[in-house]
Amino acid sequence: MKMKSLLLCLGLLAGASAVQADDPLKVGFVYVGPVGDLGWSYEHDLGRIGLEKHFGDKVETTYVENVPEGADAERVITQLAKAGNDLIFTTSFGFMNPTVKVAKRFPKVTFEHATGYKRSRNVGTYVLRTYEGRYVSGVAAGMMTKTNTIGYIASFPIPEVIRDINTVYMSAKKVNPDVKIKIVWVNSWYDPGKETDAANALMDQGADIIVQHTDSPAPLIAAEKRGMKAIGQASNMSKFAKEAHMFSVRDNWTPYYVSVAEAVMNNTWEPKDFWGGFKEDMLTIESINPNLPADVQAKIKETYAAIKSGELKPFTGPIKDNKGNIVVPAGHSLTDEELAQVNWYVEGITDEIPR
Amino acid sequence: MDADLLTQILFAAIKTGTPLLFIALGEVICEKSGILNLGQEGMMLMGAVVGFIAAYSTGSMGLGVLGAVIMGAFMSLIFAVLVLQLGANQVATGLALTIFGTGLSAFIGSSVVGQTLPGFAPIALPVLSNIPFIGDIFFKHDILVYLSFVMTFVLYIVVNKTRLGLTLKAVGENPNAANAIGIKVLQVRYLAIMFGGAMAGISGAYMSLVYTPMWVENMTAGRGWIALALVVFASWRIGRIMLGAYLFGLASIMHLVLQGFGWSISPNLLAMLPYVATVIVMVIISADQFKEKLLAPRSLGKPFDPRNMA
Repeated sequence: MKMKSLLLCLGLLAGASAVQADDPLKVGFVYVGPVGDLGWSYEHDLGRIGLEKHFGDKVETTYVENVPEGADAERVITQLAKAGNDLIFTTSFGFMNPTVKVAKRFPKVTFEHATGYKRSRNVGTYVLRTYEGRYVSGVAAGMMTKTNTIGYIASFPIPEVIRDINTVYMSAKKVNPDVKIKIVWVNSWYDPGKETDAANALMDQGADIIVQHTDSPAPLIAAEKRGMKAIGQASNMSKFAKEAHMFSVRDNWTPYYVSVAEAVMNNTWEPKDFWGGFKEDMLTIESINPNLPADVQAKIKETYAAIKSGELKPFTGPIKDNKGNIVVPAGHSLTDEELAQVNWYVEGITDEIPR
Repeated sequence: MDADLLTQILFAAIKTGTPLLFIALGEVICEKSGILNLGQEGMMLMGAVVGFIAAYSTGSMGLGVLGAVIMGAFMSLIFAVLVLQLGANQVATGLALTIFGTGLSAFIGSSVVGQTLPGFAPIALPVLSNIPFIGDIFFKHDILVYLSFVMTFVLYIVVNKTRLGLTLKAVGENPNAANAIGIKVLQVRYLAIMFGGAMAGISGAYMSLVYTPMWVENMTAGRGWIALALVVFASWRIGRIMLGAYLFGLASIMHLVLQGFGWSISPNLLAMLPYVATVIVMVIISADQFKEKLLAPRSLGKPFDPRNMA
């Protein structure tokens, strides 16, 4: 009798795990903005769609958009975990603490948090090497500016944004020693009206190339209106500004989402901090405008290729900060851990980082 | 700071203040009738999306504005029916209208995401635009900015100098008394609410047709809420609303411009200013002796049901 029930149990277990293998992997996504923002959340959603396309009915995805960073996020993530999602991507810096908190209560669910630094047994993190795109942007901006002034629309003074400002300035200076950078903080990732104002304020003060670290295409439209140049951010923004658009640096999350889902399916997933850029095609240069001079177009492609191959590493010493201290010694390239902590401006940027 | 830059800053302040001016003018009329409509943001977004779709599909910017006006008025009609006819709570209904408008605008706008329009071209008004300094700041705008000047002037006259204005204020101050002397309270409130909606619609159209001529979800980014603060800030006076809208505009421009000069002012602090000013005004108003001076409509937010009248 005992033996029989044990066998029955084993049979049921085998049956259950067989069913599990056939079940699709359920994947949940939490977005900070609307998927229609044409920037950050929009690209994450394209990543989600790419994941579905790649695996067909082997995955099943859901998403929640417009989730405020904070207590609401915890509720949303919990809900997704309770709904039986095996893998949950939380795609904004402010979701970090809620993700780690919820992950503790759902040890069987795998969590991946974009742009964070807190990991645990079932929480991994991932981030884009946006500075690689910025390096190309800086080179193009440095070559194209006639006023020798690049206008930079910045969102929040976090290491990623500060790092990218440095990259643009350093790379622009390599091709144009007289170049200056004007930085305006809009204190938002997404406010088309304010981004327009910022672009105009920068152009009023002599900038003729606009680089943005915010998510809407508004700055491109503002540049188009005044006959200036700008670079698309996060998604391909070429359709918004036929003349002004120099090229777009696009985020492409699909390769990463596919690789993580695969690892979870094969039980090989482990919590890591993954940085992806040109090399992994997680960052791409798109729609280079044919109205750019041939040498600029060539330089864009050449710089992209050099970074992609690993031959060019943007943060290679010697680099001094704007107070004269050596922050990257000669011959050293910043590691990912060091890159994650950049909180200084490079030599030549006269502004102060807002605190 | 040279004169050129100063002119450009003030010019930009007018532009930035214009959507706030439109929506706040609408809201003040609505509030003067005693109705608090917190659905501004939702109505504005619906105006923005419908205005954009109308302009995009017909190729006529004028039809875009018209579409936004009709949509804004229609949204506020939903609010009016719920609040006036069914006696729903004004605050809750207004909030629901905002949430509804935010979602619905995203839904119907998904077909035009990523499209752009040329936008209204600026028109330099003859003679006026030649006035040194002033002309460059006030008279080289697009047609909607001029419309906002005209609307401010007309509303100022209507509210302060006409019988219609008196009727409106009577309804907002004491609907029972107004009813007793034969004013159709509900009718006045319907019209005031719908006027507010229409103005929110234009304000939305200004965002999607002029300011950033495109549609993306949630593009008003909280301007509807600022307008509500602005009405309180201006203590329900039309002239002060115009001044307040431009001050708000100037504050947000200055914070960007000063940074370009290398001034480091905490952007958080500046973003907070309009609200701090509003809170201060709120505190002052809540002291009774100031209430009348500040013109807050006395029945604001209170329901009125003529069926309860003898």
